[in-house]
Amino acid sequence: MDEVQRESLLDASGIAKSFGAVKALSDASLHVARGEVVALMGANGAGKSTFVKILTGALRPDSGKVLIRGTEARVGSPAQARRSGLVPVYQEPSLIPDLDVADNLRLGDTPVDPCLNWVNDLGVDGLRLDHMIADLPLATLRILDLARALAAEPDVLLLDEMTAALPTDLVENVLRVVRAQADEGRGVIYISHRFTEISELCDSATVLRDGRSVGDLKIEPGVENRVVEMMLGAKIDLGARETGTARTNEGIPRIRARGLAVAPKVTDVSFDLYPGEVLGVVALEGQGQDEVFDVLAGFRKPTGGAFEVDGAPVSFGHPADAIAAGLTFVPGDRAEALLRERSVHENIALPFSARAGSWGPLKTRHERERVGHAIDKLQIDTRAKGEVQRLSGGNQQKVTIGRWLAHGVETLLLFDPTRGIDVRTKRQIYPLVRELADQGAAVLFYTSELEEVPLACDRAVVIFNGRVVDVIDAAEADEETLMRAAYGLTEDKAAS
Amino acid sequence: MTRLVQKHAWVLGLLVLLIALLGITKLIQPSFGATGLESLARAALPFAFATAAMAIVVIVGGIDLSIASMMAVCGVTAAVLMQSMGAVPAIVITLCIGTAMGAINGALIVITKVPDIVVTLAMLFVWEGVALLILSTPGGNVTEAMQGIIGGSILPGLPMALVVMAVAIAAVWMPVRRSKIGLSIYAVGSDELAAFRSGVSVGWTKVAAYALCGVLAAMGGMSLIMLTGIGEPVPGPYLLASVAAVVLGGVVLGGGRGGLLGPIIAVFILRIIRTILTLAAVDPNVTTIVEGVIMVAVVMLGAIVTYRGVRA
Repeated sequence: MDEVQRESLLDASGIAKSFGAVKALSDASLHVARGEVVALMGANGAGKSTFVKILTGALRPDSGKVLIRGTEARVGSPAQARRSGLVPVYQEPSLIPDLDVADNLRLGDTPVDPCLNWVNDLGVDGLRLDHMIADLPLATLRILDLARALAAEPDVLLLDEMTAALPTDLVENVLRVVRAQADEGRGVIYISHRFTEISELCDSATVLRDGRSVGDLKIEPGVENRVVEMMLGAKIDLGARETGTARTNEGIPRIRARGLAVAPKVTDVSFDLYPGEVLGVVALEGQGQDEVFDVLAGFRKPTGGAFEVDGAPVSFGHPADAIAAGLTFVPGDRAEALLRERSVHENIALPFSARAGSWGPLKTRHERERVGHAIDKLQIDTRAKGEVQRLSGGNQQKVTIGRWLAHGVETLLLFDPTRGIDVRTKRQIYPLVRELADQGAAVLFYTSELEEVPLACDRAVVIFNGRVVDVIDAAEADEETLMRAAYGLTEDKAAS
Repeated sequence: MTRLVQKHAWVLGLLVLLIALLGITKLIQPSFGATGLESLARAALPFAFATAAMAIVVIVGGIDLSIASMMAVCGVTAAVLMQSMGAVPAIVITLCIGTAMGAINGALIVITKVPDIVVTLAMLFVWEGVALLILSTPGGNVTEAMQGIIGGSILPGLPMALVVMAVAIAAVWMPVRRSKIGLSIYAVGSDELAAFRSGVSVGWTKVAAYALCGVLAAMGGMSLIMLTGIGEPVPGPYLLASVAAVVLGGVVLGGGRGGLLGPIIAVFILRIIRTILTLAAVDPNVTTIVEGVIMVAVVMLGAIVTYRGVRA
C-alpha cells in the first residue's frame, strides 16, 4: 500500500439521486484502485443501497459520473455494467428459482467450469448442474452467486452483505478468496456490517452519511470507533449493557420445552423461558434453530418431545394455535412480517384488528394514541411517510418488533431480527427488546451475531447439531465463550 | 430416469388421464373411432392454439385477455386476403399481423407500466373493433385446399388436424425454447428482479413473449376459418377456455413454471369430457359445472401430490 500512484479501476464522484422530494444521494463518491479492497459503510438511510444501484446500473444518477478504468461507463443496466467490468453480488441471491443451475449460468453467459471450480474452492461440495435453484439452501446460493461473479473475471467486484447468511467456515473461505482476487490485481467494493471481516479483509473504508461521502479511512487497528463516529456524525460508544447479576427465574416458565425433536435436524432441545426474560438462542447456520422456531410458532409439528406454555402441555396444529397461546413469531425476513404497500400506522395497528373475533368497529382514537406512542418510541425516520416499503430496511425491522410494544405481547419469538441492519439501528433494537421484557413479555431471541447476546439477553442457550449443548448467563457471554460453545467445543465439559 | 419422470410428472399424469377418458368414450360409444378422433382434433384446434398462446404469456409472468379478439382479427384478415390472393401470401401476412398485434400488447405493458391485465383487457376491445372494421358480418373466402388440410387422417388414429397443430406449434416454440430467449422467458416469469440482475433484458423478453402469443393467436384464427370456411369477426369463447387449459396443464399462474405440452393435452381432456357428457346425454348446462369441478379437482390433486413429493 506504499505505492504512490496505483491504477484506478473505479471512480465515482459527485453522484446525486433524488426520488421525488427525498434526496437519497447528494454527493457520493468512491474510488477503487487495482489490488484494493474498499469497504463501503453507512448507517441505514445513508444512501448505501441507492449508491449500489447506481454503481451496478440498476438506476441512473441525476448527476455525477461513474468511471470504470478511466472511461465513462454508460451503465444503464446490470448487463452493461457487467460488460464494462463491474460485477456485483447482491444482498439477496439473484438466481432464478425455477431454473436449474446450468440454465442460470447460461442466462448470464457464465462459463460453467470456472464457475464450478470457484464453488468448490469456496467450500461447497456436491453442487450439481441439474439442481433446481429453489431446492438449494441459501448459503449455497450465496456461494453460487459469488462463484458466478468470479467466473466472469471482473475488474471490479462489488459484494453487498455477501457473508450475512453464511456459516463461519464459508465466511472464511469467502474472505480468503476475495483477498486473493485483490492481490491478483482486481478491485473489490465490500459492503458489510461486520467490523471483524472489514478489518481482516479491507484496505480502506469509504463512509457515507446522509447521502454524501464523509470520509475515506485506512483500515488499521482501532478504526472501528472512527468509522462509527463518521457514520453517526457524533461519537457514540459501541454499546454495552450493565448485565449485573443474573436474573433469578421463579415460578412457572412461559415456555418449557423438553426434548423437542424435529427429524432429521433437531434431536434434543430443552429450555425454560420465563416471563420478563430475554433468552438468547445461539447457533451456527443450520443447527436446527429454524426448526425449533417453526415448532414454537406452530408452522410444523415436532416429531418428538413436548412443550408446555404456562405449565399446560400444548400441541400446535396451526400458527393460529400458537398465536392463541400468546406466542408471537417475528420472522427475520421483514418482507414476511409487514404489509409493504401499507403505511407504518396501519402496520402497527394491524394486530389490534387482526385478532379473531374483533369484527366490531375499529377503536380509532385508542388505536391512534398507542400507534403514535409506538412510532415516537421507535424513532422511525418519517421522511418517507407513506408506505412501509419506502422505509429503509432497518426502519422496517423496527416496525416489525416495535409494533408489539403497542400491543403488549406475552411471548415474542424473534428470529434474527438484526440481520443486515446497521449498528445504529441495532443499538435501538436492543432497548426495544429489553423494554418488551420489562413489560413482562418472555422473549426468545435468535441471533446470528454473537456480540448481540450480552447486549440484549439475560441468558442464552446454545444449539449445536440439533441439541442444546450449553446455557450461558449474559454476564459470561463474551464472544469467545459463545463461539466456542456454538462450535460444540464445550460439549465435553458439559457432558462430564 | 426417475428424475425425468419427476420433472414431467404432471404431463405424464395428464396423458394417463387423457387415455383413460378416450377409453371411457369408447366404452360409452363403441362406434367411436378414427372419425371421432378426427372431429375431436378438429374441434380442439383453435382451442389448442389459443391455449399455447396463453401459456407463453403466463410463463413470462403475464396474461393476455385479448387472445380471442386477436384470433378474430387474424381470421377475418386471412379470409379477406384470400379473396384477392393465394393462400400462402395471405397466411404469411396474417402471421405478421398477429406478431405485430402481440408485440403491441407487450410494448404497451412494458412502456406504460400499466398492469398486463388492464392493458390486454383494453386491447380486447380494440382488437374486437378492428375485426369488425375489417369485416362487419361473417364473410370472406377460404380456399377448398386450405380447408382440406385439416381433414382426414395421415395414419389410422392420427388425425391430420393433430399433425398440423403439432407442427405449427413446434415450429414456433421449439426454436424459442432451445435458445436464450426461451430461457429468458422462464427467468422473467420466475423472478423478474433476479433475471434483471442476471443481465436479462426484461422488457424485450416480455415483448417477445407477447409477440409469440400473437403468432400463435394468428394460427388459431386461421385454424378457425379452416374449420368453418368463413371469416367470423366476433371473438369465440377461447379466452377463459385457454386460461382453464393453461392452469390444468400445469403452468403456474404467476409464471416461471410449466410448458406447452401440458396445456395442449389439457385442451383435449376438456374437449373429450364435453364429448363424453354429450354422449351420456347429460344436460349441457351441467357440462360446464362438471368441467369446473374437474379443473379444481385435478389442480388440487396435483398440488397434493407435489407437496407429498417434496416432503418425502
